Amino acid sequence: MADDRETRFGEPDDFREEVPEPLTTEDAPVADADLPAADSTPDAPAMGEEALQVEARAEAEAPTHGVAALFNRSRRGTYRAQSKSGGARAKGSGSRTKMVALPSDGIVPERDLYATPVLECRHLGIDFGGLHAVEDFNLIVGKTEIAGLIGPNGAGKTTVFNLLTKVYQPTRGTILLDGVDTHGMTPSKVAQAGIARTFQNIRLFSNLTVEENVEIGLHNQVRCGMWSSIFRLPKYWVSEHEFHKQALELLDIFSMADMAEITAGNLPYGAQRRLEIIRALATHPKLLLLDEPAAGMNPVETEDLMTNIRKIRDEFQIAIVLIEHDMDLVMNICEGIAVLNYGKIIAKGTPEEIQGNEQVIEAYLGSGAKGA
Amino acid sequence: MAKNFSFSKLWKGPFGTYLIVIVAYVVFQALASTGNLPSVVIGLLPTICAYIVAAVSLNLVVGISGELSLGHAAFMSVGCYTGVVAATCYSAMFDIPWLVFFLSMFTGALFAALAGFVVGVPVLRLSGDYLAIVTLAFGEIIKNIMNNLYVGLDASGLHFSLTSSADLHMTNGKIIINGPQGAVGIEQLSTFFFGFCLVMLTLAVVLNLVRSRSGRAIMAVRDNAIAAESVGINTMKYRLMAFVVASALAGMAGVLYAMNYNAVVPVRFDYNASILILVYVVLGGIGNIRGSIISATVLVVLPEVLRFMSEYRMLIYAIVLIAVMVLPNVPAVKRFLDYLPTKLPFLRKRSEVPGDVVGGAE
Ligand SMILES: Nc1ncnc2c1ncn2[C@@H]1O[C@H](COP(=O)(O)OP(=O)(O)O)[C@@H](O)[C@H]1O
Ligand SMILES: [Mg+2]
Repeated sequence: MADDRETRFGEPDDFREEVPEPLTTEDAPVADADLPAADSTPDAPAMGEEALQVEARAEAEAPTHGVAALFNRSRRGTYRAQSKSGGARAKGSGSRTKMVALPSDGIVPERDLYATPVLECRHLGIDFGGLHAVEDFNLIVGKTEIAGLIGPNGAGKTTVFNLLTKVYQPTRGTILLDGVDTHGMTPSKVAQAGIARTFQNIRLFSNLTVEENVEIGLHNQVRCGMWSSIFRLPKYWVSEHEFHKQALELLDIFSMADMAEITAGNLPYGAQRRLEIIRALATHPKLLLLDEPAAGMNPVETEDLMTNIRKIRDEFQIAIVLIEHDMDLVMNICEGIAVLNYGKIIAKGTPEEIQGNEQVIEAYLGSGAKGA
Repeated sequence: MAKNFSFSKLWKGPFGTYLIVIVAYVVFQALASTGNLPSVVIGLLPTICAYIVAAVSLNLVVGISGELSLGHAAFMSVGCYTGVVAATCYSAMFDIPWLVFFLSMFTGALFAALAGFVVGVPVLRLSGDYLAIVTLAFGEIIKNIMNNLYVGLDASGLHFSLTSSADLHMTNGKIIINGPQGAVGIEQLSTFFFGFCLVMLTLAVVLNLVRSRSGRAIMAVRDNAIAAESVGINTMKYRLMAFVVASALAGMAGVLYAMNYNAVVPVRFDYNASILILVYVVLGGIGNIRGSIISATVLVVLPEVLRFMSEYRMLIYAIVLIAVMVLPNVPAVKRFLDYLPTKLPFLRKRSEVPGDVVGGAE
């Protein structure tokens, strides 16, 4: 498991087969021992609220062994504090400076180690008036990762998506999409560059049919100019055929092809959410952002959705970041999880690590739960 | 999915609309040639066509693109004046009426499109009420420019002035645009047939555009601009596309309108005219092209037919307008209108949903 971005970029591609042992946390210049323990319990039950409470109690009694306390904010904090308090002021001296790998809290699936991460956020932030809605948001998403972004209501999750898609212009920080800085791009340019999304409050083209919705998603995949359309030139007929064919293929992912002619606004809630995902997929994205895809779905539909999210990733080989309150779903399909509270990332890690993280439990249950 | 042929499907599509217009043309033409149509209405036929074109093109902006524009008549006036000037020039060059008419149409459309672009770029940064107010203002600006525009043609070419006809400095030339008196000495080239052709062209442009990649993008921006951007649609481009195409068509309507009279004053294209076109659109149903055609026809003819009632004419006109707007929302009438389609299958709505699929949670 490689956590270190710098290490990753340091290795040439040829070393791929050797599966190099990257810097583990012990090698990093941070004394992990003095971190608050946030140990993983690999066989933890699914994280419902009760489960969390149980976990919290178990955590309070558990002995602290720090090595696995990965990637949470306090570690960064420790690192910063050290470099300040250590009295290591820069001064020129004859001897060689000892260079060490910078600790990073980025994690990606091992299979994505040598691919450019599809998304890199650096110190991303936005203010609404005086409110720091998102602050110092750092996240790396691997090329084919399914990542989760969780946190209590109002934590800033949707705002992060709005920053990534440029619905809001970030006040601070950088977003790299597949290595390309999206600075100054408009929402439509970002979409063309490869970020597609769904919305927490569904935004379909509700007066148009299901098929037309998907065809609009295909807007930049199939081309046909205004004049060709007005004069019904051969190009028009070719493009319409292509639109129709590709739209039905995409609808088939969620077995919605038989609903193609229904007006989107008349679909049941769950189907509207699925249609939004298909429309987003139609743009052939590199990164798919799903904002509470399971909201309003029944357990059967949610189960279905889980299968389909995995299927989409496997078939299209894209990265998916999802915001979700359904912990079953998150813990089940997400490979890496970031937890947001009050606009800041308070923890990052695997589902197991997150389930055992004290700060996460506290954020979800309030500080009162800690002592219980 | 086998698409089985059915008359009702064809009827609801664009072909139904074309068919209505063709049948209406044949009927009116027959009535006119057999002397069964009052001469007022015969003279009005090209005007009706012009207003149909104006209404259908405004529906492209209001219904399809979803922007409330209150300056549509201004683009008619741009088309009207440039078309008239062009016609005078072309007439001096060759003596083929239909070619002169055709080229003037083209010129009018071109300049109206240009005006649509110049106005659209700043105006379409706004939306909703703000956009409506600013289009109203731009419409008035264009009208006022026309009010002060003097154009003349003599042997040495075209002369322009924004002060007075004397400033044209012409030597025994012909004044084409004469300030507040508007376009004067127009060659009356418009015929019902030309009007019919223009209506068909407009329908083809609008209906073909709507059922295409560009049209879907325009409607996507209307339905949800944020979602449209999220799939990579340049919202400004498609709002502008609808606005400019509609302006060009309105310009042609202006040419057709102008060439049915021998003089047209700029006041013809003030905000009252814009509102009137909007009334046709709203009455016919926003986004409903067929409705625009019918309501434009009825509402252009109505005041003329009511002429015998002299001063009560506009009162009746207003009452009819209010009645048509209000009645469909009266519960009893509503029930009747809902009941009607069950008896007449071809009136059923286009994409009605099989029972169990509708009514999701919200
Ligand atoms: N456009 C906006 N203007 C002002 N405040 C906003 C805006 N968008 C979001 N916020 C605030 O930012 C915070 C985070 O909101 P949001 O991202 O929607 O949370 P969630 O994690 O539930 O998705 C909230 O306090 C919200 O009120
Ligand atoms: Mg949210």
